[in-house]
Amino acid sequence: MVDPLISGLITKCIMMTIKMKKGSPHVDKIFKYVAIGAATYVLAIIALIVFNLGTGSAQVWQQEGISFLTGSDWNSVEGRESYGAAPYIMGTLVNAGIAMAIAIPLSFGIAMFLSELSPRLLRTPLAMVIELLAAVPSVVYGLWGLLVFRSYIKDWIEAPLHNVFGDNSIIFAGTPFGLDILTASIVLAIMIIPTIASISKEIMMAVPNSQREAAYMLGATKWEAFRLAVLPYSKSGLIGACILGLGRAVGETMAVTMLIGNATGAAAFPSSLFQPGQTLASIVANEFAEASQGGLHLAALVGIGLILFMMAFAINVVAHLLVAKVVKSHEGAVLA
Amino acid sequence: MMETVTKTPTKESYTEDIKYKLIAENIYASYDGIVAVKNVSMKFRDRAVTALIGPSGCGKTTFLRCLNRMHELTKNATLTGKVLLDGEDLYSNKVDPIINRRKIGMVFQKPNPFPTMSIYDNVACGLKLNGVRDRKILDEVVEGCLKMASLWDEVKGDLKKPGMSLSGGQQQRLCIDRALAIQPEVLLMDEPASALDPIATQKIEEMIQELKKEYTIIIVTHNMQQATRVSDYTGFMYLGDLVEFGETKQIFENPRNETTAKYVQGQFG
Amino acid sequence: MITPEQRAEFRTYFRYNVGRRLLLDKIVKGTVFLCVVVAIVPLIAILVDVFTNGSAALSWDFLTKIPGAVGSDDPGGIGPAIQGTIVLIGLSSLIGVPVGVMGGIFLSEYGNNRYGRTVRFFNDVLAEFPTIVIGVFTFVLVVLTIGNFSVWAGSFALSIVMLPIVMRTTEESLKLVPVTYREAGYALGIRRYRVVFTIVLNSAKSGLVTGILLSVARIAGETAPLVFTILGSSQFINGLDGPIDALPLRIWRLSSLPYDSAVTQGWGAAFVLIILVLSINIGVRYLFLQKKEKTFLKFKRLGAIS
Ligand SMILES: Nc1ncnc2c1ncn2[C@@H]1O[C@H](COP(=O)(O)OP(=O)(O)O)[C@@H](O)[C@H]1O
Ligand SMILES: [Mg+2]
Repeated sequence: MVDPLISGLITKCIMMTIKMKKGSPHVDKIFKYVAIGAATYVLAIIALIVFNLGTGSAQVWQQEGISFLTGSDWNSVEGRESYGAAPYIMGTLVNAGIAMAIAIPLSFGIAMFLSELSPRLLRTPLAMVIELLAAVPSVVYGLWGLLVFRSYIKDWIEAPLHNVFGDNSIIFAGTPFGLDILTASIVLAIMIIPTIASISKEIMMAVPNSQREAAYMLGATKWEAFRLAVLPYSKSGLIGACILGLGRAVGETMAVTMLIGNATGAAAFPSSLFQPGQTLASIVANEFAEASQGGLHLAALVGIGLILFMMAFAINVVAHLLVAKVVKSHEGAVLA
Repeated sequence: MMETVTKTPTKESYTEDIKYKLIAENIYASYDGIVAVKNVSMKFRDRAVTALIGPSGCGKTTFLRCLNRMHELTKNATLTGKVLLDGEDLYSNKVDPIINRRKIGMVFQKPNPFPTMSIYDNVACGLKLNGVRDRKILDEVVEGCLKMASLWDEVKGDLKKPGMSLSGGQQQRLCIDRALAIQPEVLLMDEPASALDPIATQKIEEMIQELKKEYTIIIVTHNMQQATRVSDYTGFMYLGDLVEFGETKQIFENPRNETTAKYVQGQFG
Repeated sequence: MITPEQRAEFRTYFRYNVGRRLLLDKIVKGTVFLCVVVAIVPLIAILVDVFTNGSAALSWDFLTKIPGAVGSDDPGGIGPAIQGTIVLIGLSSLIGVPVGVMGGIFLSEYGNNRYGRTVRFFNDVLAEFPTIVIGVFTFVLVVLTIGNFSVWAGSFALSIVMLPIVMRTTEESLKLVPVTYREAGYALGIRRYRVVFTIVLNSAKSGLVTGILLSVARIAGETAPLVFTILGSSQFINGLDGPIDALPLRIWRLSSLPYDSAVTQGWGAAFVLIILVLSINIGVRYLFLQKKEKTFLKFKRLGAIS
């Protein structure tokens, strides 16, 4: 880094030579207000989202009341319309939960490998591939899951499990078909692994080496140094990364819609892994085209959007508070 | 008695040298192929303080880190040579580095307590790592170590507070305690007082005088007054070479080498 | 003070367990390695499958023609989808980039206060919103109000996806410009806006461009907001207030068709989309390996990009 004083001087000289105009005070004011306006736009959008999802779904809340959250009927036949989101709320939680259970250990494994164990030659390309995979659109994961992964999982995981445990075991009951909760959550896990892994890696690599050296000095093995120096230092950051991953898992739409089998009503309550399910996001994507404008069905789907919004909002607020805390405590550690 | 190690080491048998705790032989160390320490050989007496002085960038830290196999943790770092602790080669393939690092404690230039751990845990973690579970023993060692750094009176009320809450000087003494808790035999200190104020520095120097009674201490410093105050032997390094090594008094009052003379007179550095 | 006798006693309490600890270390390392293999195999498989299956579908006709009638012999191409994606990217950038950059300027230059922190926080939260929510919102706000699906609605939805990314990356890039640069300008009595435009933005150029490019890569692959806004179409664009097709939407539609030709086309479209997204991502990384990596690392740590 160039000395700030010197760089300041250099800039000064450059500006002298290009004969900078000083600018007008009016434009300066306008500029500031435009900037404030742009920032306010973000808040306005969020407010508008809440407002519009609220008004768009008002009809269904009036009709169903609290049973929109607790009920499990889902019937869009005119005259017998009834909407309850409970199965999809559960489906979302179960689906995201399974995905997280798979993704977290694997992501941490990758992050730990990249930050602590990997030889340098392997680190850069591997990290790059992981990062690039985080950029692959979800619809591509969905396509792959549908056309390739589905048959593998059906023949190699679901069929053997079903044969061993049979229909009497609750979670492995039902004929394996490949379009079910298990497939959707595994592909979901594959999708969020790059995200969690690359953020976790950055967080682990941000732990100063002096911390690791302190542990080695005490005679720690590599694992012990990780446990003693890296893990406590980066704990809340890693939790933040996981919650961020959870937020994405909960809101993930396309891949899940393509793979989860799309059950509706009480049948969508998750019980067996081999049973078709439904999440908040997937039911909206699936049924949207069928809902007529101005009808209760549409209001119900918008209402589901509102529920999803609340869930995602809560998750992300927690994640960002955690990450902010980490950044703060890290700065503290550096300053002290 | 004077110990001057020339650049070509004398072929002595090690059994005769048992009075030396630590012997470094023909150490070459490099980063990314750039040599930072060139053929340095040195012998360190037990229960004595040896100071390493020299202008910054001359390889003092690097050499120190070779003495407890810390150097190899740096990426692309390479090393040749031997380090004998009580006559046993640290770098032989038979012993895992974790065994020897434990015997050679190290204090770093910048205090690096574990920020999430309490003061107590910072000192006790090394013991726990090495299988001490007995609460009573842990308490006893922690108290003993904290007293040794005269930190006890300052923190005894709040051992549960995070190590990060201490002042810089206290943090550094905590780090010394952390290193002492695992009962090492040798203590390496890399400019332990360079980031501290004069009072904290004085405390650390007093502590070194106390520790000297039981330990082999090697201290890197570029403060020459400090070297004269705390050390019995001094080695002067320059551009990766060990230029001169001898009793502190001789190095500072009667240096044999011209560069050494210029350096101790403050003509460069 | 610990006496030497005590010290000797302490040493007897040590249980170094070196063998066991080294074994545990090996087990952990093995497990970690296994994790990497287990996770990386499907991830690589996705790329390989898309590349092999997708490249087989490629042809000039495929890239330029309109889709054939469903189930007919002539599968046609994905021309409208490619066109639509390009148009959508252009129009959403028209809203997302200026607002995002100005918002970023606010956060970095005027945002060191309560309001700035609030905006920053909600911007971060908005960046992680499920995009389907943004789709439904745009549907209610724009499509229901106007009465039909349109390019505008899609662009508006995508601009909301891109806005927080641009804003955050802009802020981070600007913050990396040394304060002295600004101070030098102020010292000469130059107004803030001129300092920002001539000095600050100029120094932060590459970070800015990176953020914008990455946000473009992100919206190129977004499907969920489009389902509710542009509907999809099998024709080339016909005015901005009508429906339009887009690559991710086309992939989704193709995936639900039971014909082999649709499967092939699906792979082909996925291939085109992946090439678009990955080339932006690789390009940006290449650019930044040459230049200072600082902004990029910071973006990554924030999770602003991944
Ligand atoms: N991690 C490292 N990577 C590359 N070069 C290094 C590293 N650490 C030190 N060096 C180089 O090795 C030489 C000796 O450094 P060092 O041992 O830290 O010197 P001293 O402690 O005497 O100031 C210097 O030229 C320095 O630039
Ligand atoms: Mg040094």
